[in-house]
Amino acid sequence: MRAYLPNDDDDIVAEMLGEIGVDSLDALFLDVPQNIRIEGNLDLPSPVTEDEIKGVVEVKLRKNLDLTAFLGGGVWNQNVPAVVSHLLSRGEFLTSYTPYQPEISQGIIQALFEYQSMVCQLTGMDVANSSMYDWGSAAAEAVLMASRVTHRGKALIASNIGPHRRRVIETYARGAGINVTAVEADWEAGTLDLEKLKEDIDDKTSSLYVEIPSYIGSIEPSPRDIAELLHDRNALLIVGVDPLSLGILKPPGQYGADIVVGEGQPLGSSPFLGGPLLGIFATRREREILRQIPGRIMGMTKTLDRSQRAFTMILQTREQHIRRERATSNICTNETLSATAAAIYLSLLGEEGFRRLSEDLSHRAAYLSKKLRKDVGLSSPPYSGSFYRDFLVSFEGTKKAGQLVRQGIDRGVLLGTETTHAFPHYGESVLTGVSDVHTKEDLDRYVEIVKDLLGGDP
Amino acid sequence: MIRREIGLPRVSQPQIVRHYTRLSQMNFGVDTGTYPLGSCTMKYSPKIMEKIAAHPQVKHLHPDQPVDTVQGILEILHELAGFLEEITGMDRFSLQPAAGAQGELTGALMIREFNRSRGELKIRREMIIPDSAHGTNPASARMAGFAVVEVPSDEYGYVDVEALKSVLSHRTAGMMLTNPNTLGIFEKRIREVADMTHEVGALLYYDGANLNAIAGIARPGDMGFDLVHLNLHKTFGTPHGGGGPGSGPVGAKGEMTDYLPTPIIERVGDRYRFTNSLKHSIGRVHPYHGNIAVLLRAYVYIRLYGAEGLRRAAEIAVLNSNYMKARLVKLPGIELPFHPEIPRKHEFVASFESLRRETGVSLKEVAKRLMDRGFHPPTVYFPLIVPEAFMAEPTETESKEEIDRYCEALAQIVQEARTQPEKIREAPRETSVSRIDEARASRPSTMIPSYTWLKK
Ligand SMILES: Cc1ncc(COP(=O)(O)O)c(C=O)c1O
Repeated sequence: MRAYLPNDDDDIVAEMLGEIGVDSLDALFLDVPQNIRIEGNLDLPSPVTEDEIKGVVEVKLRKNLDLTAFLGGGVWNQNVPAVVSHLLSRGEFLTSYTPYQPEISQGIIQALFEYQSMVCQLTGMDVANSSMYDWGSAAAEAVLMASRVTHRGKALIASNIGPHRRRVIETYARGAGINVTAVEADWEAGTLDLEKLKEDIDDKTSSLYVEIPSYIGSIEPSPRDIAELLHDRNALLIVGVDPLSLGILKPPGQYGADIVVGEGQPLGSSPFLGGPLLGIFATRREREILRQIPGRIMGMTKTLDRSQRAFTMILQTREQHIRRERATSNICTNETLSATAAAIYLSLLGEEGFRRLSEDLSHRAAYLSKKLRKDVGLSSPPYSGSFYRDFLVSFEGTKKAGQLVRQGIDRGVLLGTETTHAFPHYGESVLTGVSDVHTKEDLDRYVEIVKDLLGGDP
Repeated sequence: MIRREIGLPRVSQPQIVRHYTRLSQMNFGVDTGTYPLGSCTMKYSPKIMEKIAAHPQVKHLHPDQPVDTVQGILEILHELAGFLEEITGMDRFSLQPAAGAQGELTGALMIREFNRSRGELKIRREMIIPDSAHGTNPASARMAGFAVVEVPSDEYGYVDVEALKSVLSHRTAGMMLTNPNTLGIFEKRIREVADMTHEVGALLYYDGANLNAIAGIARPGDMGFDLVHLNLHKTFGTPHGGGGPGSGPVGAKGEMTDYLPTPIIERVGDRYRFTNSLKHSIGRVHPYHGNIAVLLRAYVYIRLYGAEGLRRAAEIAVLNSNYMKARLVKLPGIELPFHPEIPRKHEFVASFESLRRETGVSLKEVAKRLMDRGFHPPTVYFPLIVPEAFMAEPTETESKEEIDRYCEALAQIVQEARTQPEKIREAPRETSVSRIDEARASRPSTMIPSYTWLKK
């Protein structure tokens, strides 16, 4: 182990033990009782060399199938510019840690400050934290925060949000003693049923969590009305977003959102089977709200001698290392490197590039859904409202969605995530997502395969 | 809904590359120099881990892909879970938690669910946590709905067993402990502590942040712990990424395995799949399956080190820490609180209180001066029970020469504190910015958390 352990050498060990004043390494472990010591070695595979490990892993990874996948719902396989991975691989970023000592951590702090600023620009909010683990935990922590701000224990969620995010929210809420109720959607429209929402809001309601676009892709037509309904009862509006949609959709800050969360993974990170991700968390400028934000926040300040601009962590008295059980959250290690990737990615795309990509994703989804409608006669999407990037395709009355997905895989295309059970209103269905990795040929191939699997003309 | 101006930057690619390259140069990592940040295990990460984690066969996988299409990575994850079980003595692991603190929350929620299932949720409301514990422990316990009961450390730095006896009761749901503890001292009466905890019907949770001292030497499972989280970004060498991503898998023993988050990976014949069939699962803590790219790195790390390598790494980590301690406590003004004869493990906590009293120079200032010498300071002012706490963890990947240089730099600084304190007061001078006004940064009237805020 000399390669990684420079002191693993009998002479060096002996010299160091001499300084310590003991005569063996074992003497340093004498206080570990014999009856809890491992006898011999752990039962692990024999070590391999750096040259060998690649082969070991590759043999296994080869069992993964190579597919053109049309999947979304909170993680998207998008193009990542070479600049992002190049810069992130710099050891100064990669091998540093939480910037407790700001004077030698200016790089990461400033990158995070830029990330926070760009998240604010995208969402229309005033302040963002430097990351949560993922969209799910960000949404969960937003629900918890709203409950602390309002001193109320009843949280509403829209029933068209991501089912896996809903699970995370429910797990966190149980610990906090918050009651979570799903507000029924108007499934014909694919969006929230405002009448139902009115019935569900009461004086105990702390917040509503709604995703715009929703998990099934649909876009709320009148988010301002939703915000007003909540604010009339002194409850908060939490909006979950796919940040790419914000190149064309109105920023939630403009229609009254109090907290905005979302998944930052598509901003410069690959999906990696769903992790690491990047939980976006932003909110507005108000004293009681600022005091309750979870997670780390970077701020711009000056050096003590006032000669230089500088960056540092701020509002640390909210955090666990100071406030302990009264902290606003337990989060410590977060997703800093993914947030740095997002800052680099957003800078690379810039104002025009981001808007273009945002529009482009919308056009691709519109193209595919229209072709499925026109050429195959499918209900795509099976709701009347507009959608962004992801959309449901209903196969009701044709074949089982699960079977179609399996048959698609045999032809090298993953048609979507099956949603038949999660959204029974639409019958046999899948959620299909597009990204900038899909070419027009890919989209056409999707349609051809579906047509073929369904047996030609409708 | 159509939007106009977003307000993103308009810069070219070469400008961006220079900007972030410059920023990286204003940042200190393990690859830059000695970084003995206690409790964080800032060890060298073999670069091969990065290469393998970027493999296109894992990078582009979507979490919603049917399991049949991702058998390769599932096999690796399942094997990794098996390694972690072997290393900790647990029966089953969930790989979902994205960091140590989320692992703690997972464990605390499992304890809560366990009590619900046996009808004791209303009674067992207390989580016992040592006064030396990391802040995430009480914060996590609270998020799971528990009242935190603090137990003091005794004069040797161990959990005060008598005090523990007096707080354990039928109201106790569990106790969270790390071993070695945050003072770097191994809790040798751990079996007794476990028995006492179990006797009142409570569970024992292991905060795995300090496993690096004992990996391959002793296992939390054999010490009597029921639940464990590991920080893969500490013990298993995955890079800390400037503050994350990390990974905090949770392991459980016996009947507690039924409470783990789902879906959970399982092997059926030679195939792998996810199952939701745990009887009392707390549900999901992660929207998908955890921080896969970090888990893959940890897999590579364990395969590179093997059983003997893990043990050797722990031994050298403890050697390095005791060596640094031995050199530093010789310096005037630096003391080793709690019993000096007890060997420390992977880290040690010294107190700079005497130096402060004698010279007026605080540890905070000493830390800033260390930066001028090209070093990252240790963890300071934690654990909270030691005044002017200097918590150093050199890790096994630091050479004797580097540790010597670190100690020599500190010797000079301690000297300076007596002869030229103004030099220390002015530190740091060699960093990209001089001492930062942190109070101003958080004051409501001068706070700037984003450009957006500034513009308004
Ligand atoms: C002792 C201890 N416990 C828990 C944690 C929390 O782990 P994480 O930062 O991965 O959430 C840390 C790390 O910061 C720690 O040092």
